Parts: sequence; structure tokens; C-alpha cells
Amino acid sequence: MTTIITTGANYLIIVLFAVYTFQSFQVFKRKTEEDRKHIYRMQMAGIYLISFLAHLVMYLHTKDPELLFFYCAQVMFFTAVFLAFPLAYKKLSRLLLNHMCMLMSIGFFMIARLDLERSVKQFFIAAVTMVISLLIPALIRKAKFLKRITPFYCILGIGLLAAVFIYGSVTYGSKINVTVHGITIAPSEIVKILFVFFVAGMLRKNTSIGNVAATTFLAAVHVLILVLSKDLGGALILFVVYLSMLYIATRKLTYVAGGLLCFSGAAAAAFFLFNHVRVRILTWTTSFDVLQHDSSQVSQSLFAIGTGSWFGSGLYQGLPETIPVAVSDFIFSAISEELGTVFALCLILVCFSCFLMFVNISLQLQDSFYKLVSLGLSVSFIFQVFLTIGGDTKFIPLTGVTLPLVSYGGSSILSSVIVFAIIQSLYIIKQDEGDHHGENETKKRRS
Amino acid sequence: MEKTKQRSAEADPRNEQGKKPRKKREKSGEIMILTYFFLLIFVLLIGYLVYFQFTYGESMANSPYNRKRQNQLAQKVVRGQILSNDGEVLAKTETDDEGNEVRVYPYGRTFAHVVGYSINGGSGLEAGYNIRLLKSHASIFKRVRNLTSGQKNIGDNLVTTLDTNLQEAAYDALGDSRGAAVVMNPKTGAVLAMVSKPDYNPNEVGELWDYYTSQESSGDSTLLNRATQGLYPPGSIFKVLTTLAYLREHDDQYSDYHYQCDGYIEIDGERINCYHNEKHGSLDLEGSFAHSCNSSFVHIGFNLKKKTMIDLCRSFLFNSKLDIPIAYSRSTVAISRATTVDQMMQTVIGQGDTLVTPLHMAMMISAIANDGKMMNPYFVDHIENEAGATVKTYRPKKIGLLMTTEETRIMKKFMSAVVNEGTATSLRDEDYTVAGKTGSAEYGTTKGNSHSWFICFSPVNDPEIAISVIVEGAGEGSEYAVPVARKILDAYYYNQ
Repeated sequence: MTTIITTGANYLIIVLFAVYTFQSFQVFKRKTEEDRKHIYRMQMAGIYLISFLAHLVMYLHTKDPELLFFYCAQVMFFTAVFLAFPLAYKKLSRLLLNHMCMLMSIGFFMIARLDLERSVKQFFIAAVTMVISLLIPALIRKAKFLKRITPFYCILGIGLLAAVFIYGSVTYGSKINVTVHGITIAPSEIVKILFVFFVAGMLRKNTSIGNVAATTFLAAVHVLILVLSKDLGGALILFVVYLSMLYIATRKLTYVAGGLLCFSGAAAAAFFLFNHVRVRILTWTTSFDVLQHDSSQVSQSLFAIGTGSWFGSGLYQGLPETIPVAVSDFIFSAISEELGTVFALCLILVCFSCFLMFVNISLQLQDSFYKLVSLGLSVSFIFQVFLTIGGDTKFIPLTGVTLPLVSYGGSSILSSVIVFAIIQSLYIIKQDEGDHHGENETKKRRS
Repeated sequence: MEKTKQRSAEADPRNEQGKKPRKKREKSGEIMILTYFFLLIFVLLIGYLVYFQFTYGESMANSPYNRKRQNQLAQKVVRGQILSNDGEVLAKTETDDEGNEVRVYPYGRTFAHVVGYSINGGSGLEAGYNIRLLKSHASIFKRVRNLTSGQKNIGDNLVTTLDTNLQEAAYDALGDSRGAAVVMNPKTGAVLAMVSKPDYNPNEVGELWDYYTSQESSGDSTLLNRATQGLYPPGSIFKVLTTLAYLREHDDQYSDYHYQCDGYIEIDGERINCYHNEKHGSLDLEGSFAHSCNSSFVHIGFNLKKKTMIDLCRSFLFNSKLDIPIAYSRSTVAISRATTVDQMMQTVIGQGDTLVTPLHMAMMISAIANDGKMMNPYFVDHIENEAGATVKTYRPKKIGLLMTTEETRIMKKFMSAVVNEGTATSLRDEDYTVAGKTGSAEYGTTKGNSHSWFICFSPVNDPEIAISVIVEGAGEGSEYAVPVARKILDAYYYNQ
């Protein structure tokens, strides 16, 4: 009986998620608000259903009552989010809210599949962050204040990174985490957001050579500390974020070209200087034929994806626990193995849909500070998705970053939720801008 | 203008596509460029993942380092059968009343190396198609029924290209000698038979594992598939390539070649003898080839450009990997610009540092038989589900056109001369026509120890089978390897 339900639920999950993904893009074609609302409601139902099926299968396999409590807590959590968010964030993007919940939900059950205790921990951090994020709209409205404290972002950011470099503990060869009073945090996740605000504050008005040079110098300090801590993924994300923001602020492709030139030089230097960089790049250049006769991290990941094939083995039918760091860096491979490549492809599309909604708000905002902030966060989000999925599938060299909202990691989920909350707040700012302009226009008309 | 502004102020996801007022367009061009950039890399990522799953997903899943997952599949699926091209069962899984599964090989030792075994890491086709045998494409009704009744699904069957008649003939022909034989269809690359001796009983490989693996250290290497993994000096069969190299350098004037053989040749103080110091007298190129005159070939090789030889060997897949599903060794040839005269003299007559596998030599002779077109060797014709419906068909794959029609015409003529007047005349009076090349490859330091080689194809005009035979430590090719090939040819022509 368990096998029948597992198999049936597996296919149903894939179909539901495929429909969900399809609707994410379909929604742009719907003309009326009513039609769109209908789609959003269907998507919400999809989130609940997929979560239900996944937990049902997992319960049948583990018979762990804790899983049932955990599931109920999740239902309450998501219901609370769906009710509270639209109140706190007027005119938020429902699509983005759905995506955030969907990605978190996938993360919760996939981590629970691998390690229930960690999933519960992840859940609590997510819940606390959600409550905090209800305050973000109020904070974001204080634009003047946020613009004024630009040096603060930089000092705090560099300070945090330096603290990791000095006091950080080494995991998998990189210094990413700092343990304070028994709580391990990865400050680089938070610094990503501070960094975006810092660069936006610096470049929002003044794009003179001098200012660009100063900003570039300070940005380079961020990146270099990360490189020295061997946090390659983090360094790469900040670099790409900076280059993108610089391009948007200055509209000069020469800066991008210069940046890429520096990157090539730095990458070549890193290849010769750092053994871990060399190992990763050499693994990447190894052919699949050779990787078959290998038991490296990437091979393990590819075995999982290959064995899972298009429709996956079904939850608890594969061996994702044999993939190294399956709960965080390689969660995409674990998902591919048990839920299949079709599901994994939908996951990529949903992440990309998030990015489009991020860019959407960036396009519409008039305030150059927020325009840059939303753009920086968009790039940070989508590039991180690209790094982790590309690394897990050997499309690019492995950098060891998390999949936002899905991977296990307290700091990761915290910063990802905050990013989504900031973007949602910007939808309110846009509304304010709209109102503001609306008022101006009426005034003009009256006069 | 006003209207558009207000529209874009709505929380409307469509605005992204919607028109924006000019002022808001500020920087939007750059933002769109950035968006398209990420769109591009994500399209590439998705395309790559799909490509990976289609092209490499299965071979990754089949990795010997992925046994844990494969064993997990075996919990749910009864391993499929391996069948010969005439429908005989070469491997099957039998389940006793208590549900214990045993892998049974009805032909025992005959197909030992090529079919392989499924335990202890596996070998042969059992390992090469492990994941295929553990996947079930049984009808959906059967699978649902098995699901509800808690029974295992039946895995898919491999229908191989192996022919029981030829395999048994090759197995018997080699007898107790050490060595290997490979039979291929030169037009398709289908492997019809593959034997390696000494052999083992795959039904007992579990119980006798320690015994068989201890033999590995003693030098017998019973479990090694000599046909694909055994590396031997090619001896005179390498003269096929030397002759080809000569043809490439002399185009139409090859018939002008003349050499006077005195039973030995001496260059720079290095002396090379003809086999048994035989004096072949006055020879043209065909005569040199037919009689396998070492002196004449050293003479040819001395004047050959190294580059011609290097390019030729590379095109014939020396030092390269092969695309076959079972374990193999790469054939190696060591010619470079730095090769000394002495080394070159040894190499052109198939001695020196050159090492080849019997399968590779079968591919070489097949290419000549197939008008210069080398086909990729393959073992599985198609995969079918337990009810016999085809799941996947494997088509012949061309490796490349390695010779011109004129070159193959000349090579076929020379190889016919080997049978009609040269070193393999024992095949002259058969009812079928054969063309080939014998070889006696010296090995080790003791003078006179040699492996006996014979590569051939038949019939000459429209070749249907190609054979590569090596008998280890036996001596002259014509004495030991040719009779083995004849028995296989007899079986092919008279036993069908």
C-alpha cells in the first residue's frame, strides 16, 4: 500500500508543480484582476496539496508522529503568512508571495526527508524571520534615513566579513561561519543585503569617476575578504552584483568590460594560487566518462540526478543522503533524485519567475536608490540560484552556495526571506510613487 | 501619457511588458539587457540539464561507483535476461520458493567473459547494462498489478548481437590454449562472438571468487577479458598499417616496389631476421606482404616518414578511447619524432613498444573489409520488455572512413595473396574465400617465445564476417591461429 501511495503521490506532485509553474507564466496573459486572483488561489491550493502529499508519503515511511506535528505547524504557518502578509504589505505581488511559500515548503519537506530535526530548526528560523519581516515595509518607507546611512552598510559589512575571516570556523575548507553563544551564523548571507544598500547609496546620484573609483575600492575590499576566507561563492555573487549595479547606474559597458577583464585575471591568479580553486575547476573540466569512475562530490550529485531520471525515484525511494551536504549546497540534486528532473526544471523556472518579478519592480520604480536596491537584490538572488544549480549539475565549477529559501541554513533562509520582504515593500513604495504622481496630476489639472 | 503612468502604478505583473512612460524608461534599457543576459544563461542551464539527462543520465546511473542505488533498484525489480541474437538465454534470474534470487548462466563458461557476472562489482555486459537490466518497462497493467500484490516487476531483457553457433565454435576452437577470439560483422560492427581463455564458470564465480582473484596475482588472470583488455604485441599483423603507410606515400607507384630478401636486414648495425631466417628472394610489395618478409618491411619502414605512420595510427584509434560498454584497454603505439631508427625498425614489423587488443585488431580488419569504413563495435541489438516489446534499439555507428576505395582494394588483394600463396595457404582450398594476415609476435626476453595471430574476413568480395584470433605463446600464426579461424568460418558456413 505504501508503495502505491508513494508512486502515485510522486507523479501527482510532479503534475501539480508543473501546473503551478505553468500558471506562474500564464498569469501575465490574464487581462482581468479577477482572472489573476483565480490563478493565485489555485497556486495556493497547489502549495498546500504538494506539501500534504509529500508529508503523507514521508509519514508512511517513517511513522514518526513528530512529522505530523511538524506538518500541522507548517499548515498554520503558511495560512498565517497568506493572511498576514497582504495586510502588512498592501499591494504586494501575490505571485511573489506564492513563490516564496512554495520554495520554503519544498525546502521544509526535502530537508525533513533528509533530517527532520534540521528541518524543524529551519522552520523556526523562517517563522521568526517572517514575523520580523512584517516590520520591513515601515523601515523601507524611511527612504531618507536609509539613504543617509550609506557608510554604515559598508562599515558593518566589512566588519562582519572581517570577523568571519578572523574568528570563523572552517567547514569544507572555507571560513563561512561564526559561532556566537552556540549559534552558528554565516554573516556573508546578511552582508549581501548590506552590500546592495551600500552600493545603491553610493551610486544613486553621483556616477563621477572619483565616486565610482571609491565605491569600487570598497566593494573590492568586501570581495577580497571573502576570497581570503575561501568563500568563493559569496565573493562571486558580490562581484556580479556590483558589476550589474555599476552598469545600471552608469550605463557604461566599458566598466563591465573592465570588470570582466579584472575577473579573468583574478580567476587565473586564483587557479594558480589556491588549491581548492584548482580542484574545483579541474573537476569541472573532467568529462562525464571519467566522472563515472570517480566518487567525488560532483560525481555523487550526478549519480543522484542520473538515477532519479525524469520522474524521480519517489520520496524515500532514492539515496539522497549519500550526496555530500545534501541538505544545503546539494539540495537541488537531492530534489532531482527523488522528485525527478521534470520537477527540478520547474523549480528552476519558478526561481526565474521570482527574478522576473524582482526586475519588474526595479523597472517601475522611479527613485534611483530603490531602483538600484531592487536590481542588486534581483541579481544577487538569481545569480546565487545559478551558481548552486549550475555547480550541482556540473554546468559550471562548484562554488558551494545555497539555494535561496530551499537549502538548509539559518542565515540563508533569514536573508532570503528578508530579500523577498524588501522586494514586496518596494511594491508599496511604487504604490506611493504612483499616488504621489496621481496627486500631482490632479493638482495640475485643477490649476 | 498620464494614462500610462497611472496604469503602471497598479500592482500589475503585466506592467513588465506594458508600455512605460518615457521618463521611467530611464535605465530600463540597461535593466532589460541584464534581464536578457540572465534569461540566456538560464536557458543554457535548462538546455544543459535536459541534454545531460538524455545523454549521460543513464551512464551516470550505471557507474560502478553508484552501486548503492543500483542495488536499491534490484530490491524492486527482478533482473532481466541476457539473450543471444537467436533468442537463446545467456543469463537469467531464477527465484526459488523462499524468494531467493540466483543468477543462472545456462551456457556456463562459453559466454563467460563477454556476458560477465553481476555480483562482486560485476563485469561484461552484466555490468555495462546493469541499470538497463534493473529497469522495467513491463506493461502498465502488470506494473500496477505487481504494485498492488507487492510483487517485483520484471526487468527488461538485453537482446545481444552474440551468436551461439559462432561463440561455441570459437570457444571450442581455442580449446585449452590461452588467448582470445573476436568475430564481428564488418558492415555494422556487431560483435558476433567474443571468447577469452582461460575461462571461468560464471555460475560459480561467487563461491570461487577467492580462487579466481588469487589467480590474477599468479598471472593466469582468468577473470580478465583478454579480447578487450589483453594487450599484446601485434607482430606481423601490424604490417597491414605499414603497407597502408607505404601506399599513402607512393600512391600509384607501389607496383614499382622491389626488394631482394636475403633472410635478414642490417641497418646502422641493427640486424633483423626474417622468420626462421627464411630467404624470400625477389619480392614486390604484394609478395612482401603475403610472405610477411621482415627484411622487406624494415626496408619500407626505414624510408617511411614518421608523420605518415603517426597519423595513420591515430586515425586507426591507437592511444585513443573506444566507445564500448565493457572494460577494455587502449591499444598503444609509441612513435614520435624522437623515435630512433632501431625503434622504428621494430615498430613497422609489429614489435617494439606497440601493444594491441584482439578487439582493436578485429576493428582494423573489419574496416578494410568494409571498404575503409570503421564501425563502432556493439554488443546489444535492442532492449525489450519481459513480453518482448522493443524498448530501445541500438543502431550501428560509424567511426569514420579511414581508407580510400583504392587502398582497400589493394589491401584486399594483398590479403587474398596471403591465403592463396603466402603464410595462410591452409585456407586456400576451402569452399569459401578468405583474405587475412598472419602474425607471430615475439614477447618477453626469451628469443622464440611468440604469440600466434590471425586476422581475416570472408567472403572476400562481399565480407560478412571478420575474425581476430590470438593464441598466446603458441608460435607461428599459420600453425595455431589460422586453424582456430578456420573452425569459426566452418561453423559460419556449414552449421547454420
